[in-house]
Amino acid sequence: MTEYNRTELLICSASRLMEDNATAFIGTGIPMLAASLAQKMHAPNLVPIFEFGGTGALLERLPRAVGESRTFYRAVAASGICDIVETAQRGFVEYGFLGGAQIDPYGNLNSTVIGGTHDLPKVRLPGSGGGNDVGSHCWQTIIIMQHEKRRFLEKVEFITTPGYLTGPGAREAAGLPAGTGPYRVVTSLAVMGFHPQSKRMMLLQVQPGVSVEQVLENTGFELLMAERIEENAPPAAEELRILREEVDPEKIYI
Amino acid sequence: MQIIESGIGELLQPYSMEEFREWNRTQKPKAFVDKLMSEQEAIARFVRDGDYVGKELYGTVRAPMSLSRELVRQGKKHLRAVGQGVLELDLWLAAGLVDAMDLTYHGLEVYGISYALRRAAEGGKVKLVEWSNGAITWRMKAAAMGVPFIPVKSMLGSDTFRYSAAKVVECPFTGEKVCLLPALVLDAALIHAHRADRYGNAQIDGISGFAFEMSRAARRLIVSVEEIVDTEEIRLYPDRTTIPYYLVDAVVHAPFGSHPGEMVYAYERDEEHLRDYVEVSKTAEGMQGYMDRYVYGVKSHQEYLKLIGAERLDMLKRTCVGR
Repeated sequence: MTEYNRTELLICSASRLMEDNATAFIGTGIPMLAASLAQKMHAPNLVPIFEFGGTGALLERLPRAVGESRTFYRAVAASGICDIVETAQRGFVEYGFLGGAQIDPYGNLNSTVIGGTHDLPKVRLPGSGGGNDVGSHCWQTIIIMQHEKRRFLEKVEFITTPGYLTGPGAREAAGLPAGTGPYRVVTSLAVMGFHPQSKRMMLLQVQPGVSVEQVLENTGFELLMAERIEENAPPAAEELRILREEVDPEKIYI
Repeated sequence: MQIIESGIGELLQPYSMEEFREWNRTQKPKAFVDKLMSEQEAIARFVRDGDYVGKELYGTVRAPMSLSRELVRQGKKHLRAVGQGVLELDLWLAAGLVDAMDLTYHGLEVYGISYALRRAAEGGKVKLVEWSNGAITWRMKAAAMGVPFIPVKSMLGSDTFRYSAAKVVECPFTGEKVCLLPALVLDAALIHAHRADRYGNAQIDGISGFAFEMSRAARRLIVSVEEIVDTEEIRLYPDRTTIPYYLVDAVVHAPFGSHPGEMVYAYERDEEHLRDYVEVSKTAEGMQGYMDRYVYGVKSHQEYLKLIGAERLDMLKRTCVGR
C-alpha cells in the first residue's frame, strides 16, 4: 500500500464525493484540490463555481485564491460575485464545499471568533466570506474539517454559516430555502452524514485503520451511528500520483 | 411591513438615496474631463479623513495596491472600510487608519488567517460588523439600483445576521421570511482595472468581481489602470466597458498596480514576496518593518516598482499564463 498523509486522505475522500456533470461551489483550500483531482479522475465534467465569478474552469493549475486567474482558466463563464451567489440562491448549485474552525452536531459552522466576546475575541478568524451564502443556498453542503474534540462541539461559539441550526424544521422556520443543508462532513478520521429525522450528525464511515472509538474520542458531542459503519477505501496509488504530480506539483498544499 | 428580527450590528454608513441622487446629479460631471493624475493627487483630492472607503477586487487579485499604499503614506485617519480584504486591509489596519469595518472576509486565503486583523480585533482597536460576501455586494447592488434596501435569502438564522445591521421581515407577497440588506453608499472607492481612457471609461478583463456594483455605489471613485488607452479604442469595444467615465473622479496610470497581487492575462502574483510577507506579518514588529520598506520607504508607485526591480517584474509578466 502506498503511504499517504492526512491532507492527502482528506482530499481524496472529498474528491470522491464530487459528481460528474454537477455544479459545485468551491471554497478556498482543500475543496480546490479535491475538485481538481475529481476532474482528472472520475468527474471530467465537474463544473467548479468560484464566488468571484469563475464558472466551469479546467483546474489544470491549482488556484491559490477564490478570485485568481486559475479559477476561470478556460472556463465557460467569467462573471462576478452577484451572478454567482444569485445562481446559488435560485437553486442551480447542487454542492457546496466548505471548511470551518468549529462545527456542532447540526452542522452549524464557526469561522468568525473563538473565545471572549464578538467585540473582544480571544481569536479573530476571517469571517463568513462566501461561507454563509454557500451554506444557505447550495442544495447539499459538504464540510471538510480537522477532526479534533475542540472543533467538534455540542454548541459552536458563533454560527457563521447555518447548518440545521437547532434541529428539524429550523432552517425552514428561519426562512432558508427548503430542502437545503449539510450533507456530509469529511475528516481525516471519518465520513459523517446527518440523520434524516433528527438532523444530528451520524457516523457513516471510518477512515482506513481508524476505529469507531478513536472517532468518538475526538468528537465533543454524542455522535449517532449508522446501522453499519463501513471503512472508507484508502487513497489509490493512481489518485495519489495524480494528486502529487498533476494537481499540486508546486506543493502549495501537500 | 413588520420587522421580525434586527441584527445588533451598527449601520456604519447611514445613507439617503435622495442625497445620493442629488450627489450624482450635481457632483459628477457628465462632460468629458481629463481626469488623469498621480496616486498622490487622486488620494489627496478624493479620500478624506473619516470616509467610508471600499476597494476592489481584493488582496492578491486585481487589487488597487498602489492606491492603498499611497493612502497609508498620506495617513488618512478614522476610516471606515468594507472588506473582503487581504494585503490592502492589512496595511490600513497595521497603520491604525481604520476605526470600523463592514467585514465579510479578511484573511490570507491559502496562507491562513491575517495577523494584522487579529492584532486589531483582539486588541479592541476596530469595530467589526459581520456580513456574507453575497450580502456585502448586494448592499452595493441596492445602492447601484438606487433603492434603499434589497431582500435576499442569505444570512438567515445565523450569528452572521445577528451581528450585522440587517433585518428579517415577512415578504408582503409570499409570506416567507426574507433578510433585508441596507444599501451601501460609499464615500470613496478604489478599483484597479486593465485599461481606461483619460476620462475614466474603464475595462476589466476576466471576472468582474464586484467592480460593477462598487463603481455605481460610490460617491467618489478612483480607478487605477495598467494601461491608458485612446477613447477610440474604448469606442471600438464598448461592450468591454465595465465602468463608464461619469462614475469616475480620477484615473491613475499604475502599471503593476496590483503587485504583489496578480493581474489576469498581464502578470502573475509574486509568490516569493507574498510568502515573505506572510512570515513577517505575524508580528507587529515584522509588519512595521515591511511597511517601513515597501510603503513609507518609497515616495511613489514608481519608486516602489524600482525597489521591486525590473527583473522580478519581467519574470511575473513572462510567467503569466494567457487565455
